[in-house]
Amino acid sequence: MADWVDAIATTDVDAEDVIRFDHGSRTFVIVRDHEDNYYCTDGMCTHEDVHLEDGLVVEATIECPKHSSIFDCASGEVETPPACENLCTYPVKVEGGRVFVEI
Amino acid sequence: MARDYSMTGPDARRAVASGLVTEKWYRTPIDRKVMKALMKRSDQPATRDTVLLFGLMALFAGGAIAVMPSWWALPLWLAYGVLYGSAMDSRWHECGHGTAFKTRWKNSALYQIASFCMIRDPYCWKYSHARHHSDTIIVGRDPEVAIMRPVMVLKMLANLVGLLDFVDGIKRMGIHASGRMLPDEQDYVAPVFHPKTVRTSRIWLGIYAVTVAAALVFQSWVPLLLIGLPRLFGCWHMVLTGWLQHGGLADNVLDHRLNCRTVYMNPVSRFIYWNMNYHVEHHMFPLVPFSKLPELHRACAWDFPAPNASIRDGYAEMLPALWRQRTDPDFHLRRPLPETANPYHDGPAAQAA
Ligand code: FES
Repeated sequence: MADWVDAIATTDVDAEDVIRFDHGSRTFVIVRDHEDNYYCTDGMCTHEDVHLEDGLVVEATIECPKHSSIFDCASGEVETPPACENLCTYPVKVEGGRVFVEI
Repeated sequence: MARDYSMTGPDARRAVASGLVTEKWYRTPIDRKVMKALMKRSDQPATRDTVLLFGLMALFAGGAIAVMPSWWALPLWLAYGVLYGSAMDSRWHECGHGTAFKTRWKNSALYQIASFCMIRDPYCWKYSHARHHSDTIIVGRDPEVAIMRPVMVLKMLANLVGLLDFVDGIKRMGIHASGRMLPDEQDYVAPVFHPKTVRTSRIWLGIYAVTVAAALVFQSWVPLLLIGLPRLFGCWHMVLTGWLQHGGLADNVLDHRLNCRTVYMNPVSRFIYWNMNYHVEHHMFPLVPFSKLPELHRACAWDFPAPNASIRDGYAEMLPALWRQRTDPDFHLRRPLPETANPYHDGPAAQAA
């Protein structure tokens, strides 16, 4: 069953930026967009084994640092090749200055 | 040691088995805020350069047509050719990375035009270049090794006028138009894009057919000088600058400081080449746009070997190494690092040695 996990403080990540979040043996990224919405997706790109923590966030998309595939952070949908598979996304809520992720 | 550069040969299997196919490449540590600023996109520099590029192409081609059949047309066609056959290569490259413009459709539009000029299928070459970045100069994995070892001088000279690349591009276009993909492409291009490659090649064949027909109907070289032939007589600048990217340096390593070269260049070459002379920087941080590479270069200087001072200086370093690699394919240059730098990360090949 999925649990709400206390992941980061809202201030741990700047606007239009990304931070890595590891939980157990799994790795994720938490993205804060230009309007201070938060998203959580799988940490690894679906093209190759590259972590998205060094990626570029533009509004609510994240671009892989290796070959520039762009993913929609809300839906996980891949928007540009070479990646062809969507990212898994996870529900997020913000409470008391903390970001919680349902994993 | 002999090398097999095919994507399906023994070196491809050896690279996987020896741990060379990995994400564990060395990266110079750079503060996230600094990197974020460096990665920031803007339309302005690429828009300015694109207006200039197409403006100059129109000017040179228009001028050449106006003064034909005078010999004055020759330098104008040569200048047009360099913009078509060399500057379009760097536009293909930068737009393929999606870093030229902030606005996505502008990247895509210029990418399609530049791909056509270079006779490179937009999807196949997107994937081929992705592999070049994943496995830079890993033998059997990198499909874009410009100078294979042992070095064959005649082959290099033939490519100075694009002969091999042009023939390869036309051959691939014909095969794609017949509905097939080549074995190497099947290795690195996602199958979902194969139908798009076939469609593109058929459109391009149509454009070339109309161009040739126009040349025949009007009994004129002009259509061919505008479309197609400049890929041959204008590619020399791309080839000369491209050789410097990796020539004479190490293969099968996991550190771009060992297999890429940064060379200071004059402003004209940098316009044509769109700052790809900062090649170590580009390979290590491919999300940084061309216009920010000089800044990235300054941020990394403490950790990188000294750049070559000019194209001439780069050739003075590279040519003797290439000459030796004709008979000694294992030979390569290893440039000293500054005292402040982190040590080279040679990877599993060196550890096994
Ligand atoms: S590893 Fe992410 S796009 Fe290739």
